[in-house]
Amino acid sequence: MAQPCRLPAGGRIDRAKPLRLRFNGRDIEAYAGDSVAAALLANGVRLVGRSFKYHRPRGILSHGSDEPNALLQVDRGPGRIDPNNRATVVEAADGIAVSSQNHWPSLEHDLGAVNDLLSPVLPAGFYYKTFMWPQSFWQRVYEPKIRAAAGLGVAPHEADADRYVHRHAHCAVLVVGGGPAGLAAALAASDDGARVILADEQPEFGGTLLHDLHATIDGAPAGDWRAQALATLAARANVTLLPRTTAFGYYNHNHIALVERVGDHRARQDDRRPRERLWQVRARQVVLATGAHERPLVFADNDRPGIMLAESVRVFINRYAVAPGRRIVFATSGASAYAAAADAKAAGLDVTLVDIRAEAECGPGPAMLRARGIDVLPAHTIVGSTGRKAVTGLIVAPVDANGIVGPRRTLACDGVGMSGGWTPAVHLFSQSRGKLRYDDAIDAFVPGTPAQAERSAGAARGIYDLAACLADGWAAGGGAARDFAATPSPTGFRPVRALPTDADAKRVKAFVDFQNDVTAKDIALAVREGFESVEHVKRYTTTGMATDQGKTSNMAALGLVAEILDRPVPQVGTTTFRPPYTPVTFGTIVGSARGALFDPIRVAPLHDWAAAHGARFENVGLWRRAWHFPRPGEDMHAAVRRECRAVRESVGIFDASTLGKIEVVGRDAAEFLHRIYINAWLKLEPGRCRYGVMLKEDGFIFDDGVVARMAPDRFHVTTTTGGAARVLAHMEDYLQTEWPDLEVFLTSVSEQWAVIALQGPRARDVLAPLVEGIDLAAASFPHMAVRTGTICGVPTRLFRVSFTGELGYEINVPADYARAVWEALWARGQEFGITPYGTEAMHVLRAERGFIIVGQETDGTVTPDDVGLGGMIARAKADFVGKRSLARPDMLKPDRKQLVGLLADAPDLVLEEGAQIVADPHQPIPMTMLGHVTSSYWSDACGRAIALALVSGGRARMGQTLHVTTPTGFAPARVAAPVFFDPKGERVHG
Amino acid sequence: MAEQAARRTPILAPSAARPEAAISIAPMVPAARFALRLPEAAAKAIGSAAGFRLDMAINRSAAARDGRLAARLGPDEWLLHGPETASEAIARDVEAALAGRHFALVDIGHRNVAIAVAGAHARAVINGGCPLDLDDDAFPPGSATRTLLGKAEIVLLRPDEAPVFRIECWRSFAPYVLGLLEEVGREFAGA
Amino acid sequence: MLLVTCPHCGARPEIEFRYGGEAHIARPADPSALDDRQWAEFLYFRSNPKGVYAERWNHAHGCGRWFNALRDTASDAFLATYPAGQQRPDLGGGR
Repeated sequence: MAQPCRLPAGGRIDRAKPLRLRFNGRDIEAYAGDSVAAALLANGVRLVGRSFKYHRPRGILSHGSDEPNALLQVDRGPGRIDPNNRATVVEAADGIAVSSQNHWPSLEHDLGAVNDLLSPVLPAGFYYKTFMWPQSFWQRVYEPKIRAAAGLGVAPHEADADRYVHRHAHCAVLVVGGGPAGLAAALAASDDGARVILADEQPEFGGTLLHDLHATIDGAPAGDWRAQALATLAARANVTLLPRTTAFGYYNHNHIALVERVGDHRARQDDRRPRERLWQVRARQVVLATGAHERPLVFADNDRPGIMLAESVRVFINRYAVAPGRRIVFATSGASAYAAAADAKAAGLDVTLVDIRAEAECGPGPAMLRARGIDVLPAHTIVGSTGRKAVTGLIVAPVDANGIVGPRRTLACDGVGMSGGWTPAVHLFSQSRGKLRYDDAIDAFVPGTPAQAERSAGAARGIYDLAACLADGWAAGGGAARDFAATPSPTGFRPVRALPTDADAKRVKAFVDFQNDVTAKDIALAVREGFESVEHVKRYTTTGMATDQGKTSNMAALGLVAEILDRPVPQVGTTTFRPPYTPVTFGTIVGSARGALFDPIRVAPLHDWAAAHGARFENVGLWRRAWHFPRPGEDMHAAVRRECRAVRESVGIFDASTLGKIEVVGRDAAEFLHRIYINAWLKLEPGRCRYGVMLKEDGFIFDDGVVARMAPDRFHVTTTTGGAARVLAHMEDYLQTEWPDLEVFLTSVSEQWAVIALQGPRARDVLAPLVEGIDLAAASFPHMAVRTGTICGVPTRLFRVSFTGELGYEINVPADYARAVWEALWARGQEFGITPYGTEAMHVLRAERGFIIVGQETDGTVTPDDVGLGGMIARAKADFVGKRSLARPDMLKPDRKQLVGLLADAPDLVLEEGAQIVADPHQPIPMTMLGHVTSSYWSDACGRAIALALVSGGRARMGQTLHVTTPTGFAPARVAAPVFFDPKGERVHG
Repeated sequence: MAEQAARRTPILAPSAARPEAAISIAPMVPAARFALRLPEAAAKAIGSAAGFRLDMAINRSAAARDGRLAARLGPDEWLLHGPETASEAIARDVEAALAGRHFALVDIGHRNVAIAVAGAHARAVINGGCPLDLDDDAFPPGSATRTLLGKAEIVLLRPDEAPVFRIECWRSFAPYVLGLLEEVGREFAGA
Repeated sequence: MLLVTCPHCGARPEIEFRYGGEAHIARPADPSALDDRQWAEFLYFRSNPKGVYAERWNHAHGCGRWFNALRDTASDAFLATYPAGQQRPDLGGGR
């Protein structure tokens, strides 16, 4: 029979919309509105998983996000497999396949269950004690084995096929939780038009009102009040309702992170809609109406499938029209289970209730139930359960005021609803750094003084009566004090830790933390072994450390520790709650930042031309730069050789647009640069350029580049590609905070100007026909000069500079014109064999001339003198950024690493960049490292391999043979000057 | 000699905005743009320059004649905006108006790219990457500010009452900014 | 994510800002007059208190201005923000 445990009537499910899903390969019928847990129970499925450590059969414990047992793998199709989902949270949807985890070979027959028999040797801290030695075994052997044996789900192997997005939002009041308190808060807060966001993790708002069939509010059925409240809120334009949305993180200054499940409940995932949305809400005021979690009772074998929380039994019956059993025993230490028992009876089930409390303590509950024909056993404890893969009976015994346990009897049943009282969900309050306060009257930690603009309301602060919850929520939402009339709720419970038993406590498994398989015995052992701080007990036993964060177990664990130590609970304290409140997918955190949107991919104006001409690209920071331009059949080595030859022999063209550029304007511009750079600027004439080096205050090279003086009060500064942003920030910092008196303004023009480098003996021949208003003759436009004019009819700042050692120009044009200008140069250059070259050839060409690259020859510990640029320092300057640090004794030591050339004895050996250098390869290990190779290339111009290196006392080692590590050993190499080609630098003047 | 002036090749092909659509994300045509820097006190003293108002509150913009607009992005920083053809005139007029003062006028017409975001879901799409409150009370017509969209810095403007936002970013970030807006906007496209 | 009040732009999210370490440490007018120890103190030594800390922030992705803030390092509460160059505000009530 389909859905054998579905009740014939009632519930909030839509019987007109049947669904079909699969569980462990078997078809399961359900209705729209079911959770997967409800669907499984409706089909009589009790056993849904194996426990973490002992592989004990487990069923569904709760009905919400506190579920510790029913963790399932959910398969929605290729790329849409997601492990560790709580069956109580996942909505039933047509076509999804769910499967249980943590068993082998099958759920019914799990070999791992042998751990349950071995449990006497698997106590708390077992892993710590057993797998300590040898240490190297931990990562390689023990941990993988433990993970395999006691794992959660399996991580998917395919890329996630779903889309995820982010959304920032602001509001006056964010209400977390849409139960009675949350609804009242949202109504009050939105009354005057203020922006309100109401979020609830459930598909429907209402909280307990969704399953409380008998309560009335202000004279109307509670369900009607709920519908009316929602209609009011939905009609208000200033209210945003977010169902299926869990607030999982409460951060500084009322910044709340929430995940909205947008797609999973739909039968078909469409391509347009994201699966989940991360909301980041900044709220002026936050109302936490997050409700409370019911506590399980701690007794022997309290984890058999079919034993669940009492309120959850009620929810399955009333909300989902599912009978979790036909004969249900409620076991309780408090009043709320009486309502559940009454509802179960009303649904036609056979019901018995056992209360640990004496009859006199129980209030009107027993009489109410007996009037309905329910057997009530006050003053009884639970000492065990029977059954294996499903509960078949609850073993109870009378207990007197002194804890003396009487004779046992077994109550046959196929379902148990247990209630050990309630724990306010203070997780978000605690995350907000609010201090918790222990309330003895309700045996719970409740929100104390808030640390942010926050109010907790309703059950989240231990107010359990419906009318009081509504009034509390209303007040938290900012409403003027008002009363609500509502049916009194059955509240109150006797705090119990482990239930009294006649058994040897050492021999029974009474679970405290179901997900991590922590028993009362484990907690006792931890305390006995000296772990008294609750934080230590938590880590030693792992209680509360599973993905459910101990929502159902924290108070029991705390209470046990307090009881054993005979201290009041507040002295034991509570652990700190940390985000996320419930597990969050990586997809949600990542959002759109995947693939092409992971990081901005910055492309220069000539990128498309380069791509069309066969360029291979490399990433330089966020930039994608043309690396080399291989012709068909060429490898990179051949392409780079050809590109270098073209520059040395005729003309090459290169996209240097990514260079950072800063326009420095103002009367004091020269003085400003004078203070920022190590060299002198005051006397640089307009129309001239100078190479500059700047330091940080610590004396180490920070950046370099050519600076042109366009006018007395205007400089065009260039920086390295990677340094563009940080150099501007560095300059702004000094300008604003140290020298605000200087009349200087800085503007980034990195992307205003594209830069086309035209380099080689024929550069002028290519350029000349396209330029107007600039005399290119060597005498009137020498090396290190700058001119303005037009090229191809558009404005240019034309630099005569060279990073290759050849006659060269860097043609700055407004970026959108770069493509046209480049193509004109390309056309003009054809007769000279103009060759596009990439960053690799650029690196080789500059290394042949011994020009440094910041970040390659320097690493933040290199001074100007270290790289042979000490002569640039304007000694006459009283001060510049970093000058004082250069006078530190360590900066003057003769054994500092200095830039030298390295020529391997084998001329065709290209040393590895980063390779270490030693004087004697036969010295004992650890060897004395002298330095490392910073740049290394094959040089066609030199007919051999060349390298630059930083070597301790390097300049005093000219001609010495040192030894450089290689993948197979050491290679001898001779120290040489760090210039390999055109040592006098004459070619640039051609 | 150059036969004719080189053509522009914008990084994003401009397209027409459709403000009536649920969401419209459209790169705009090239424009004249300048970064103007001027000490706060000078701006207060002169009030405006070459028709550009300068003394508005920080993070506010003001429209001027002939489709021009000045947006104050900081105490001493303005983004001047106008039609592409007005570039030289703007430069000349502002230079003349501020002659003798300490100021910097820098052409950034090719540095920045603009994308118009319009439609009923414009705010939701921009808030897919931008952390600012774009509600009318917090970001009324005439607002203009530098901020972030995902991992890119942008200038966000709402020039007037029309529910059209203009996002300016640096040229090389434009494909990312457009891509992020379109990715977030997919949910609303055709809705 | 903190909410930082820029003196020019108002309350803005932390990701628009760049942090600049302790405030009110002026660069010496004549660094060459300092001995190595004094220079090291200027460069590297910071007070790092638990409690109220005067620190530098830059509204990098906003108005671009540097300013100073008084922040309680224990609670992350901002007690004041003020333009660079101004005196540290006296919050009263002692420290």
